Amino acid sequence: MTIGLGHYLTVAAILFTIGVLGIFVNRKNVIVILMSVELILLAVNINLVSFSVFLHDVVGQIYALFVLTVAAAEAAVGLAILVTFFRNRGDIAVDDASVMRG
Amino acid sequence: MVPQAITFYLLAATTLVAGLAVISARNPVHSVLFLITTFFSAAGLFILLGAEFLAMILVVVYVGAVAVLFLFVVMMLDVDFTALRQGFAQYLPIGLLVAGVLTVEMIVVALSVAVNGAAAKSTGPLGASSVTNAEAIGRVLYTDYIYFFQVAGLVLLVAMIGAIVLTLKHREGVKRQDIAAQVARTPAKGMRIVSIKSGQGIES
Repeated sequence: MTIGLGHYLTVAAILFTIGVLGIFVNRKNVIVILMSVELILLAVNINLVSFSVFLHDVVGQIYALFVLTVAAAEAAVGLAILVTFFRNRGDIAVDDASVMRG
Repeated sequence: MVPQAITFYLLAATTLVAGLAVISARNPVHSVLFLITTFFSAAGLFILLGAEFLAMILVVVYVGAVAVLFLFVVMMLDVDFTALRQGFAQYLPIGLLVAGVLTVEMIVVALSVAVNGAAAKSTGPLGASSVTNAEAIGRVLYTDYIYFFQVAGLVLLVAMIGAIVLTLKHREGVKRQDIAAQVARTPAKGMRIVSIKSGQGIES
C-alpha cells in the first residue's frame, strides 16, 4: 500500500487530460476554457512537486512557485481581456471572435 | 502506511471528480466552486507529499485570489450560459477520444519514469528533517534563484498594470484632477482685476 511517485504522476496525468477535455467540449465558453487552463497548470504543478519530493531536490518546488505566479498573472490578464471583450460585444462567445479587426 | 494511502486515494478522487465537475457543470458559478474544491484537495496532496509551503501558497493564491476573481467575473457578466453550452455533445466524442489516448500515453510514460527513471533509486519521499519545507525553499529561492524571483515579481507587476489598463474605462462627464494644470497656475492666469462701472455687468 505504499504510495509512490507513480501514483502522484497518474493523478497529475488524469487531471491534465481533464483540462484538455474541458477545452475541447467547452469551445464557446471562454470562462470554462480559462478554468481548464488552470487545471492543466495545477496538474503540471503536481508533477513538479512530486518529482521534487521524490528526488530530494527542492528546486522543483521553486519552479512550481514560478508556474503558480505565471498562472495567477495569466488568469488576471485573461479575465481582464474577457471583461473588455464583453463590454465591446455584449457577449463572450469566442467562436465568432474571428471577425475582430483593428 | 495504510492511513497515508487512504488519505491519498481520498484526496486524489476528490481532485479528479471535482476537476471533471469543473468542465461539465451547467452553471459556471458551480464550475468555480468545484475549481476551489479541486485546489483544496490538490493542496492536501501537496501536504501529503511534504510540500507544506506550496500547499499554503496554493490555497492563498488560487482559492483566495484566482478563484474569487473568476467568481467575480462570472457573476458580473450578464451572459446567457445555456447558449454557450451548444456543441458540448457535438465535441464530446472527439474530446473523449483524444483525452483517452492522452491519458493512456501519459500514464504509461509516468509509470515507466517512476519505475526506470532517476526517481526509481529514490528512497521514498523526503522525510522529516531539521529544516522545514519553507526554510528549505527560502534558502534556495533567495540565493540561487534570486533573479528569477525578481522576474516573477516583474511578471506580476506587468500583469497588474495590464489588467488595469485593459479594464479602465474613460467615462464622459467625469471631472478629474489635473495636477500639472493646477501646479502651472499663476496669479496672472488665475485671476484678473476689473473695475466695474455702476449700472453695467461684467462681460462673461
